[in-house]
Formats: sequence, C-alpha cells, structure tokens
Amino acid sequence: MTGRIAELMRALGARIVNNWVWRLGVAIRFLWLTLRESGPSFRRFHLTIREIYFAGVLSLVVIMVSGLFVGMVLGLQGYDTLVRFGSSEVLGTLVALTLVRELGPVVAGLLFASRAGSAITAEIGLMKATEQLAAMEMMAVDPIARVVAPRFWAGVISMPVLAALFSAMGVFGGYLVGVRLIGVDEGSFWSQMQASVDFREDIVNGFIKSLVFGIAVTWIAVYEGYDAPPTAEGVSGATTRTVVTSSLAILALDVVLTALMFRGQ
Amino acid sequence: MATSNLVEVEDVTFSYDERQVLKNINLVVPKGRVVAIMGLSGCGKTTLLRLIGGALRPNHGEVRVAGRAINRLSDDELFALRRKMGMLFQFGALFTDMSSFDNVAFQMREHTNLPESLIRDLALMKLQAVGLRGAADLMPSELSGGMARRVALARSIALDPMLMMYDEPFTGLDPISLGVIGQLIRRLNDSLGATSIVVTHDVAEALELVDYVYYMSTGKVEFHGTPDQIRAAGLPSLRQFVYGEPDGPVPFHYPAPEYRQDLLAQ
Repeated sequence: MTGRIAELMRALGARIVNNWVWRLGVAIRFLWLTLRESGPSFRRFHLTIREIYFAGVLSLVVIMVSGLFVGMVLGLQGYDTLVRFGSSEVLGTLVALTLVRELGPVVAGLLFASRAGSAITAEIGLMKATEQLAAMEMMAVDPIARVVAPRFWAGVISMPVLAALFSAMGVFGGYLVGVRLIGVDEGSFWSQMQASVDFREDIVNGFIKSLVFGIAVTWIAVYEGYDAPPTAEGVSGATTRTVVTSSLAILALDVVLTALMFRGQ
Repeated sequence: MATSNLVEVEDVTFSYDERQVLKNINLVVPKGRVVAIMGLSGCGKTTLLRLIGGALRPNHGEVRVAGRAINRLSDDELFALRRKMGMLFQFGALFTDMSSFDNVAFQMREHTNLPESLIRDLALMKLQAVGLRGAADLMPSELSGGMARRVALARSIALDPMLMMYDEPFTGLDPISLGVIGQLIRRLNDSLGATSIVVTHDVAEALELVDYVYYMSTGKVEFHGTPDQIRAAGLPSLRQFVYGEPDGPVPFHYPAPEYRQDLLAQ
C-alpha cells in the first residue's frame, strides 16, 4: 500500500516537474532572452509601432464597446443596490472605483488575451511551422530580436492604454445609464466621483495592475507561439493555452496585487 | 587540397536524442561546384544541410565552411558567416506579411546601411534574375508554388552568398517551374561565382545540373561520383533509386506479419 502511494506521489511529482517547473524555467529564460534582445525594438521603433497597431489599435473596438457595456451594467446594478440605502448619489464613485481599481485592468486584460494574445501566438507559431523563423535565422537575423521582442513590447505598451480606455468608456456607460436614463443627479454623480477617486491610490494602482497583466499576457503569448510544435494541432493547442493560461494568470495576479495594494486603510 | 574546398564534413555523427541520423559522414564540396546530396526521404540529407548551416551541431566530427569549424563558432561568429550563406527552404519560407519585394530587400535592410533607393535597385535586379520583377508588389499568398520558390531564391541570393544551399528545391513543382528552378540554380551558381549544395531526391533533374553527387542511405554515404558514374553504378540500392524501381533493396512493403496469417487472424 505504502509502495503504491509512493509510486503515485512519484508519478505526480514527475508530472509537475516535467510539465510545469521545467516549462516555467524555459519560459523565464525566454523572457530574459527577449529582454536582452530588445534593443532593435526601440532603436527601430517602427517595428514596435507596427505591432502596437495589430495588438493595440485593432483591439480598440472590442475593448471600448465592452467597457461601455460593463459600465452600463455597473450603473444599473449599482443604482439598484444604492437606492435601498438612500445613497444613489454615490453611484459615480462606485462605478469609477470599480472600473479603475478592478474591472478595467482585469476585463481589459482578459479581452486583450483573447483578442491580441491568441493572435500573437498563432502568428509566431505559424511562422515557425512554415520555417519563416528558421529562414530568418539562416539569414543571420535573430527571430527573438526581430519577431518576438517588438510584439512583446507592443503588448506591454498597449495594455495599460487599453485598460484606461476601458475604464473611461465604462464611466461614460455608467453616466448614460445612471444620469441620463435613471435620473441620478448629474452634479453629485461627477462631484462624488471626483472627490473619492484618488490619483495615487486608485489610478496609479490600476495602471500598475494593467501593466503587470500586459507583461504576463504578452510573455505567455510570445512564449507559447515560439514553443509551439510546428504543426496545425501544435499551433491550435498553443493558441488555446495562451488564452487559458493568461486568463488564469490575470485572475491569480489580481488577487496578489489587490492584497498588496488595497488594505482598507 | 584543403583550400580548394569550401565545405568539408569530416567524420560527422549526429543523433536526435536516441535516434542516430548520421553515421561517420565524410564529404567535400569544392569551390565553384554544384554538388547534390541525394537519397531517400528520411536518410539524413536535410539534417546534413542543417549541420552545414550551423543550425545543428554534430555529436562527433567537424563541419568546416571556408576553413572555419562551424561547430566551434560563437553565435556572433556563426551569424557573421551566415551572411555569406544563402538557403532556399523546401517550400520557400517567404515572410507572409511582406511583399515579394520586401522579402528580397529584407536582408539588405537588416544587414546594410544602404540607402533605400539603392536597395530598391538591388532587389529589383535580384527579382529580374529570377524573372519576377513584375511580381515585386505581390504578396506571397498571391504567388504560385513555383513563383514563391523563385522569389525565395532571389531573397537567398540578396547578399551575393559564397555558399548556396537548396533543401529539396524541386518538391511539388510543375515540370516548367521545375526546369526553371534547375536552370536558375546552375546559372546563379556560375554567374555569382558561388558554390552550391542541392539536397534532393529528384534524380533526373539533379543529374542534369550538378557536377558531383553524394548518395546517402540510412545515415551513411553509400556512393559518390559524377552524374555519369552514378548512372553507371552497379550498387543495387543506388540503381533502384536512380531508375525509380518500386521493389528492390528498399522493399515495396513495410515490414509486416505474413500476409496469409494476417488475413486469417481474428
């Protein structure tokens, strides 16, 4: 019996080490290489600008529309709850804080992972499968410097901007529903918001969250693409893993960051 | 004489994990020549090409290009040497997000500080050499298989390499494109003063254009000689390969249990 348990433990350990620890080590090494080879991404900034267009600009519509809807829902739900306590005038505060601190970075991050992260993985994976990366290496051009690093930095730069736009659209959505539709007082909606949203405590912390999520999502996306087996199943599997792993990473990191940032003082 | 050889492969052994792919390979490619490495699929030809290009390192032995042991170069030295090499991949491996022109101009933009007007002229000259100057603005998805291979060829000669490597350049081409590629390999080699290695299993086309042939089977060089010597060789496996006989030393049937027994089995 003890032998069987030991056998199971050993198998479980081997699985964890081979599937998780080993891959995490390779991914960290890959991130280090990407950072080391990032020179061209800034010296030839047009390479990064091009990727910002694909990862950031093309995600604008989905991010802004989602932000508007989320803000509208917050307006409706928030009013419904606040009115029971007779404090519907703090609706602006509720909408803004929820978005800036939490939903902006998290939901924008999740959308960014599915819209841009999956595209980055699929593109790099297909470039590998069609030997474009091998060809580049044979032409004495490092694919990490030329293909991976510009995409990585484009994601890291785009994500906080997208999260900020998400929050802005959300606030506007909350305003449309709360003030225009339901009839909450416009003056108190904005003045309460202005009075209680702190730049350092709320905006900066929200920005840090979105930056961390941007790094995590893009790191996972470029690594999964570069590591994908060069077959159709390999690329599709890598794309799925990007979305799943990034989403889990965002939610897990959010717990850690929230615990560190907001302690109710 | 060692100095007249551009590529020297000396006693090279290579394995992917447990599986041994190359066993004690010896091979030389003299300067200015077009040399074919032929053999069945999976015999280690492409692996050998990757070893010469420095994409893989041998477990044992040495690969020298222009007198330099490629397996002992640092990454920077290897990249510097690769600037003098060109490689045509099996399906072209064109960058799908760039036009034909930008594909050809890629290396010039990456490795030189030439003004854009000069790069334009040079890239158009390379495309003219493969007959596709008119297709400069087309994207890879708009090119036929043969055209894509020719654009990839123009891209690989962009920096006038001293060594050209072709990985199965004839695979999947129609007879006209096949003839065009064959002719281009010879013509570009001679006009650029380059040296070429063609990895292929397309016997008829290869024997027409190359100067020397290495025939490989199961990771070893079985025979080498001029095309005429290859045609006249008595080696049964080579004969079967050259004349495309369906059965011989390489059997038609994959190893299986006895046919009758297999059919009668439950």
